[in-house]
Amino acid sequence: MSDASHEDSDPTDPTDSTGVAARVRDDLAALDGYRVALYAAIIGMTVFFLTPIESGLVTAFKTNPGGISSTLPFAPPPPRFFTLEKWQTAIAALGRGMVNSALYAVPATIISALFGSFAAYGLTQADWRARYKAPVLAMLVAGIFIPYQAVLVPLSQFWGAVPLAELLTPLWVLGVPQSYVGLVELTITHVAYGIPICMVLFRSYYRNVSEEMIEAARLDGATFRRVYRRIVFPISTPMFAVVLIYQFTQIWNDLLFALILVSTESSPAAPVVLILAGLGESMEGQDFALRMAGAFVAALPTLIVYIMFGEEFAEGVAT
Amino acid sequence: MRDFLSTARTRLRRAADGDADSDDVGAGSERDDDPVSTGDAAATEAGAVVTDGGTAAGGDGFRDRLNERFGEDFTESAPFWLPPFLLVGLFVYGAIAWNFVISLTDYKGFVGPDYSDLDFEMYVRAVNDSGVIDATVNTFLLVVGFTTVALAVGLVLAILIDRNIRFENTFRTIYLLPMSLSFVVTAQFWLWMYNFNNGVVNIALGTVGIGPVDWIGNSSLVLWAVVFALVWQFSGYTMVVYLAGLRAIPTEHYEAARVDGASTLKMYWRVIIPQLKGSTISAAIVLMVFALKAFDFLYSLVSGYRPPNGADILATKMVREAYSTNNWAYASAIAIILFLMALSIIGPYLYYEYNQGNL
Repeated sequence: MSDASHEDSDPTDPTDSTGVAARVRDDLAALDGYRVALYAAIIGMTVFFLTPIESGLVTAFKTNPGGISSTLPFAPPPPRFFTLEKWQTAIAALGRGMVNSALYAVPATIISALFGSFAAYGLTQADWRARYKAPVLAMLVAGIFIPYQAVLVPLSQFWGAVPLAELLTPLWVLGVPQSYVGLVELTITHVAYGIPICMVLFRSYYRNVSEEMIEAARLDGATFRRVYRRIVFPISTPMFAVVLIYQFTQIWNDLLFALILVSTESSPAAPVVLILAGLGESMEGQDFALRMAGAFVAALPTLIVYIMFGEEFAEGVAT
Repeated sequence: MRDFLSTARTRLRRAADGDADSDDVGAGSERDDDPVSTGDAAATEAGAVVTDGGTAAGGDGFRDRLNERFGEDFTESAPFWLPPFLLVGLFVYGAIAWNFVISLTDYKGFVGPDYSDLDFEMYVRAVNDSGVIDATVNTFLLVVGFTTVALAVGLVLAILIDRNIRFENTFRTIYLLPMSLSFVVTAQFWLWMYNFNNGVVNIALGTVGIGPVDWIGNSSLVLWAVVFALVWQFSGYTMVVYLAGLRAIPTEHYEAARVDGASTLKMYWRVIIPQLKGSTISAAIVLMVFALKAFDFLYSLVSGYRPPNGADILATKMVREAYSTNNWAYASAIAIILFLMALSIIGPYLYYEYNQGNL
């Protein structure tokens, strides 16, 4: 769309055209008052969104009482207050948590994405009566919006009653610490509560799949299962990228289930968010430099995923 | 074309009735990982029918009746949707039902619930508990305040981004960045932003002569400080939703408004924003759900179950009652209240989506 409404061109508009590149000239010509205000607003919002992150990042490199109290929170540390010590402490404290988080976040992400894809396929391409399909769909979709508090007490009861520790005896024999049973519980829990959103993401994709291709395959005598394996699954690759990225971020970032199922940050199986939430508490006073370093260490995997796959992430959240 | 294929397929399947269905039962063992091509498999399947036709007949009758009643792909598609559906049914709906039953008991402490004595005592207690009433009010303020502001900020961002700017993708990435972070992480950032002596917020306000203000410690401000932080984290999400909505509006609508001589502001207010109703509804629903999950943020602010004074919401109150003081039944009752609040939002939304044909 053009900005035709802005004939009231700015008097400061530069009109010299003495051999500058055409693009620069066009840019400057477009710089009337309106454009200036637009870019000022955009940059102002950028500052708003980046300040907490920038302030945290510079603070993580400062010495604790001295550097923090005698410099501005968003100013980079001067050499005499510069230290990497907080990062070392944070990595030492959060390292095992990173491993633990990965141990349940990765399998839970993959399984919930697969289940979501199965459910979406069975509920879009399958030909059965809408009267019966709608309630199944509605129950799955509503599952996205359930506040997890409404299932917490039964969840604790359920995992308390299931003899998971005994079922997994071979693991403990192999030398895995028994508290890791919490990670198995977390995996299954995250799969169950992740299926609805994965299903919805895949469903919006499968509804646009060319029906001719699938009909033709069915006419050739391919079973429902074969069509999934040969046609639908291979063409789902872009959507799998979106769902895996979105789900991984959600599961890695979730605190509530980790808190309820693993409960203490001193447990050997504690996920990284749980240790980070307690990081400030265990230190005397408020060591903000350490907290900021810890926050960045814990956020690192999701930040990397976001920077590499920003497009897929945006697509995941937008649906 | 589609209709033709559809009827042709139906007729073909009717003709090959026992055929197509019984191979699922008869050849079940080798279906799972079949490396041969479609044509070959069809041949083996046909063979299997000949040999197994008799034994599979009983199962076929049942399957036929199911398919007759529910639609022709019902049983064949069941392996795909049924296991996820059962898992969700157990963990979501089974758990909510169980939660309701627990809320009717007097379960507390470390001895399991006694299901023989059910009453609504916990709900009576909740209605008379000023802590629950405060938490309900706070939940309501948080949800409404956060959703409204995040929608407004996101709409402004989307319009700014949509004005043919340079580096559009970079700005969009920056605005959405906080959403990739955990509540635990953003709580650490904002604790530092709101720090009394050295926080950015107080230093910025200090330059215009305000403060310093104790944002977290002041019980009448802390809820709005939390809302502000959540808006920072999620307005990028609203922007993405609105941007998709803006891009779906045909260019002619902008041009028509221009021809009518409408100013930019008037064009957005009269022509464009009314068309974003769908985006607004779906974004608002998701934002409300995020707001109900603010537990993680409040827990991380204080590293404990007791959020700052004045910021207790139903989610934090429920978890505290259950896991800090072991009042399980009471916590379940609070959870049901929270669930009903959520349901009053989701129910109409799902109904709306159903009427729109999206379900």
